[in-house]
Amino acid sequence: MTLRIKLLVLLTALAVLGGVAAASLLHASDRAAEKDRAQAGGPPVASGRITLTPDATRRIVFRNMAWGPHRDELATVPADAPGGPRTASGVKCLRFHAAAGTGICLQAERGTVEDAYRAVVLDAGLKERAHYALPGIPTRARVSPSGRFVAWTVFVGGDSYAGTDFSTRTAVLDTGTNRLTASLEEFTVIKDGTEHRAADTNFWGVTFSRDDRHFYATMATGGKTYLVRGDLGARTVTTLHQNVECPSLSPDETRVVYKKRVAGAPADAPWRLYALDLSTFRETPLADRRSVDDQAVWLDARTVAYSLPGDFGADLYAVPADGSGAPKRLLTAGLAPVVLGGAGEREGPLSQGRENGLTGGCLRRGSWRRPGPP
Amino acid sequence: MYVADSRSTPATPAPAARSTRSGRRAAVAPTVLALGTVSLVTDVSSEMVTAVLPLYLVAGLGLSPLGFGLLDGVYNGFSALVRLVGGHLADRGGRHKTVAVLGYGLSALCKPLLLVAGSLPLIGAVLAADRTGKGLRTAPRDALISLASPAESRGRAFGVHRAMDTAGALIGPLVAFLILRQAVDGYDAVFTVSFCVAAVGVLVLVLFVPSRRRPPADAPATAPAGAPRASLKAALALLRVHEVRRLALCALLLGLATVSDSFVYLLLQRRLGVSDQWFALLPLGTAAAFLLLAVPLGRLADRVGSRRVFLGGHLALLLAYVALLSGWQGTALPYLVLALHGGFYASTDGVLMAATAGVVPAELRSSGLALVQTGQALARFGCSIAFGAAWSAWGDRTALGTATGALAVCAAAAFALLPAPSRDTAPSRATDSKERPA
Repeated sequence: MTLRIKLLVLLTALAVLGGVAAASLLHASDRAAEKDRAQAGGPPVASGRITLTPDATRRIVFRNMAWGPHRDELATVPADAPGGPRTASGVKCLRFHAAAGTGICLQAERGTVEDAYRAVVLDAGLKERAHYALPGIPTRARVSPSGRFVAWTVFVGGDSYAGTDFSTRTAVLDTGTNRLTASLEEFTVIKDGTEHRAADTNFWGVTFSRDDRHFYATMATGGKTYLVRGDLGARTVTTLHQNVECPSLSPDETRVVYKKRVAGAPADAPWRLYALDLSTFRETPLADRRSVDDQAVWLDARTVAYSLPGDFGADLYAVPADGSGAPKRLLTAGLAPVVLGGAGEREGPLSQGRENGLTGGCLRRGSWRRPGPP
Repeated sequence: MYVADSRSTPATPAPAARSTRSGRRAAVAPTVLALGTVSLVTDVSSEMVTAVLPLYLVAGLGLSPLGFGLLDGVYNGFSALVRLVGGHLADRGGRHKTVAVLGYGLSALCKPLLLVAGSLPLIGAVLAADRTGKGLRTAPRDALISLASPAESRGRAFGVHRAMDTAGALIGPLVAFLILRQAVDGYDAVFTVSFCVAAVGVLVLVLFVPSRRRPPADAPATAPAGAPRASLKAALALLRVHEVRRLALCALLLGLATVSDSFVYLLLQRRLGVSDQWFALLPLGTAAAFLLLAVPLGRLADRVGSRRVFLGGHLALLLAYVALLSGWQGTALPYLVLALHGGFYASTDGVLMAATAGVVPAELRSSGLALVQTGQALARFGCSIAFGAAWSAWGDRTALGTATGALAVCAAAAFALLPAPSRDTAPSRATDSKERPA
């Protein structure tokens, strides 16, 4: 074989093999792009403007999980028609929360080798005010009712949520002074009346009080979880109750709804929603008997909303906070919602049966996927 | 006579062979470049798969990471043993190219098979076949490189080959991640593209690497009457040759004190608290240093002797261990450690093959190279197990301290054992004379 023939053979093979490679790549990317096409029967989504300004229109802002070009974008629906057409903002978030014109968006930044995560503080027009690099995978985000304080929780080092030795890091940011407490582990822990020091202390799931000083959160140490009350001024947290995860403070600040690990439940779905009266510490199971792995949010003085696994990642449900009634589906293919607008934002008028959700978003284990390749 | 062989092959122009022999340090034999291209292309293909395989198996098929690590370790040991078979087969009848094509071809065919193998036992079988291909091809390929290069520039020839090989290893994961960026969960596309790339590699091998034909009829006239015939017995008898035994022993000894790469990266991470996303980049640092240093250090080995460079490489590794032990936490630490680690590979991997080629007769070249490589691989495997156990029992500092001490002792022993430069060149001159037309 002469060199000429050899080169010809090589070039022909390169063309054929290159064609095969290109075809397989096109096929795979086309299949992946399917998630970017709206599916039949899904809610219609269109681009538009979204504002976090508290105004007269009562609406839900949430992460749109429906397949289509606006997947993972912050979207909004009228609070009285949550199943209707969605308006998408173009801002993508994994976790989101907002109050009084301040938003917190925990998002993934695609890197060459691995994704990085960051927390972005948004103004009322969804414009970035500041951003902070996150040391792990985002799970929870909350804004205080005044919009001044922001908190977020991440899983550190890719630790497994399912494992017994996972670790979390919760940060609190004062958007007034830009003071960042990178980890609540810097706070003094008062457990059962005495100061407690332990390396295995983890915090997650902050929920703020109206006074811009106090908050509630989960603290785990020694294999147990506690409800703690935090003081941003004194930089302390104090244990109040055991077996409490992801508390959510009611608008009148008399109760928290939280997920409780119940005995006899399957190991991979051990939680039920409970309400805890903060003055008597009496617990009341809520009507949903399914395992809820989410930080519930109060829709109004009587109803909470939370997410459960759904066909497109997550669907949102609502249930009365006093143990009565039955769970109802609020909207499909949505996560991390917040109710904005209306009278007083958090104490809007009751709408019977048409509860509107605001979920801070504890990570749901079942549906969690790292977005994209590592 | 092998240079004469390649001269008679049209694809190998005579001027190139002449220029290498005239001592100019500009070129390597076209065969080496062709084999380097084959390795580059094949490594792009195989590293693409390697990069996504854990993800595919763990995330896609639900295998535990521990199970994957175990599988990987077993197959690496297996591959080392197959290498001996490949080396022996290649020497029998001088079928280096045939065995190499078989090895490269087998690995290429495994790529599309990964697509259809849905269950764990099937995946295991495909991976075993892939590693068999890798084991089969390594020794004949290195033999072809050594046979196409005159003794005085073998270090450079291996350096060029290893640099091209490493370049492929660097490009592979990048291609895989680009594909997965384009198509989320597009493992099928990764495997298909990997197959296409591997097929190009096999084609380049078939078309552009001249086959080393059996010694022609007039060979007995040029070959010494006592030339060893390729047989298993003869291959094992190599160990009775003074220089071969010493070299193999040194490789074994130093292999026993060479901590596996992943432990080096883990130690770096512990020292500095390297975040997950940077952790994935650490092996790239080693590879980059290897890539940059392979040719210069190969040339250095040609000039000052492979013994010095080989031992110098282990000195670099020793310094890397010491730097990790020192407790120094400067920002330069990862760069220094990775540069030393890559330098260690650049001054040992190809250089050891060049040195072995110098003491093994051409008829048993493949077997001899396989013998030394396998000994080294098994010793490193043993070291990894011991280091892992020591880490668990005593903690990382004590384990590394012990490894550092062991490496220092082994290096000193190797220094005493290795043939001194004068003896190093003597046998290679002898093999040289066999390889050259009278």
